[in-house]
Amino acid sequence: MPDSFLTSSERETLTILADAVIPESVKFGVPGAGDPLIVEEIESDAAKQMPDISKSLNELEILAEQFGGDVFSNLDSTKRCIVVEEFRSAHPAAAAKIGNLVVQCYYRDDRVMRSLGMELRAPHPKGYEVPDGDWSLLEPVRRRESFYRRTD
Amino acid sequence: MREDVADVLIIGAGASGAVMAWSLAETKMRIVCLEQGPLMNPLTYPSTARDWEARTQGDFATNPNIRRLPQDYPVNEENTPIKVANFNGVGGGTILYAGHFPRFHPSDFRVKSLDGVADDWPIDYATIAPYYAENERMTGVAGMNGDPAYPSDNAERTPALPLGLAGDTLAKGFNSLGWHWWPSDTAIITEERDGRAPCINLGACGAGCAQGAKGSSDVTYWPHALRAGVELRTRCRVREITVGNDGMATGAIYYDGDGNEQEIKAHVVVMACNGIGTPRLLLNSTSQLFPNGLANTSDQVGRNLMFHPYSWACGVFEEEQDGFAGPHKLIRSQEFYETDENRGYVRGYTLEIQRGMPPVRTAQTALRLGMVPWGEGHHDAYRKLFKRTTGMVAVCEDLPEAHNRVTLDPNMTDSNGIPAPKIDYTLSENSRKMLDHGVARSTDILKAAGAYEVYSEAPIPYGGWHLMGTARMGKDPKTSVVNEWGRSHDVKNLFIVDGSIFVTSAGVNPTNTIQALALYVADQMKSRLANLFD
Repeated sequence: MPDSFLTSSERETLTILADAVIPESVKFGVPGAGDPLIVEEIESDAAKQMPDISKSLNELEILAEQFGGDVFSNLDSTKRCIVVEEFRSAHPAAAAKIGNLVVQCYYRDDRVMRSLGMELRAPHPKGYEVPDGDWSLLEPVRRRESFYRRTD
Repeated sequence: MREDVADVLIIGAGASGAVMAWSLAETKMRIVCLEQGPLMNPLTYPSTARDWEARTQGDFATNPNIRRLPQDYPVNEENTPIKVANFNGVGGGTILYAGHFPRFHPSDFRVKSLDGVADDWPIDYATIAPYYAENERMTGVAGMNGDPAYPSDNAERTPALPLGLAGDTLAKGFNSLGWHWWPSDTAIITEERDGRAPCINLGACGAGCAQGAKGSSDVTYWPHALRAGVELRTRCRVREITVGNDGMATGAIYYDGDGNEQEIKAHVVVMACNGIGTPRLLLNSTSQLFPNGLANTSDQVGRNLMFHPYSWACGVFEEEQDGFAGPHKLIRSQEFYETDENRGYVRGYTLEIQRGMPPVRTAQTALRLGMVPWGEGHHDAYRKLFKRTTGMVAVCEDLPEAHNRVTLDPNMTDSNGIPAPKIDYTLSENSRKMLDHGVARSTDILKAAGAYEVYSEAPIPYGGWHLMGTARMGKDPKTSVVNEWGRSHDVKNLFIVDGSIFVTSAGVNPTNTIQALALYVADQMKSRLANLFD
């Protein structure tokens, strides 16, 4: 990841926005998406998949000024919610893209995967077990007459 | 410098190019295949790393405008509700396909005669059946004989893919409605075969199979073709097919991996570039003799583009299902495959069961459809879905329409400056009704299976996996591009073997038919070598 991909203020905005997408959960014992390790991943993926993310974060800041009268990070939680909703409404494509990036990085974090009962590994080379299933369910279909359309 | 001359030049190393290379290799002719992408390395496929889902939206995305790898060409998709899916590399689209491998039905070759729409094919099911069998043997197909929706075929199959929890759930739904279902014919081997290892349920079929169990053509046909002496040149992008004063193809001009312009001469040229790439290259190959593009005196090149419009429905269950583990495809239903006028449309669709979704895709799909919110409530909503969904798509037959077409974009080019394709496509009223029917019947099945919520979408926007019809086959040179054995009507040493030559699309995935047709065309060529150009 290039060190300078996001400025420190952009990173701060992204952190708050990521938490707005997925907040911390005490109930499930998982961090919010604004956790520093997860934000690092988001920034890394954004560099590859959303190189214009700074522009979108700037649009968010414009709305923060307009609806909150300050930079996004200085707003209280109520005003932040309003600004986030305005952002989603005014810039739905950018908001959706950021939402996708956030969950893309959140749902591979070790702490999150562990809480979902997932093994902390790539699919290959171990693969997974899938039960063969109940093939007796096919019996009624086996008994059915052939029904493809004849052409002769 | 010595002239570079091939007996047969194949353009494209995907599903059909691989077949042609292998089948023609026994002639001992000098066969050269040019492929704009690289040879794939399964050790680097996404499923070998933790960030594998992110890569399916990056360098392994199905859409070339998202993927944007050096070997990809852009596609102008502004005027189509269905976006193109493809892959450029040895294996082509089979690298990313799910491997669903059904045959067409006999009725699919007789659409005009039976239903009064589109056209009949100039060949029939009986003609192509032996080539299906050969292709299934070469590829390795899991499944089960005896499907009442098909003629008996006695094909060689490895044992069916596991039903799993999702299969059991949905089979019960189908059975309670008395509707057909059957284990899918899938190009994923469940036993060792031809030096390839069996499926281990990675659940990442759509991002390349690191195990080699999925029958992408780089692991099925290509190893045999290369051992038989076919020369495969990767990272070579063809700009145009050249023609002589006699109207015969003379070879191609291409850019090699370093961007240098090269020329290769050939006695026979075979196009295997898919339903977008083939018309693009033909339209880019203009000359005094063919000012409107090569092989295009009929004005049919690029027209009649068919996708398969897909509907999708997903049920949410109280009980845990398989999640993403296991091949995506497990069973299919063809209860609504053949025409029934009472439904308000002609032709029909296959329902393909999709097992479940991995963690990121669960979240992204749920966000997009409003199933999971931003902020408060995210975790509870997500956990109601994760590993608790399964569903299906309806693969709807798309009928050919001349206005659905591929042309050249006047401004957009690839990295070599070659004009890019532009798609103009409108969903027909017939397709719209079929999609609605597919959603309604899928919902019936999911509810009968116990789903307490059902979500749906139609058409799937990024579902243009199947690219067909843009250089269609026919006996009449005025209305078709190639004859009944794949040879251009206009250019007697030019053959087309990819999905472009489809007359109609059927309501099933096309790869088995694309490859069976390529085997058939190759056999026709071999049996006519003495008078191939007459």
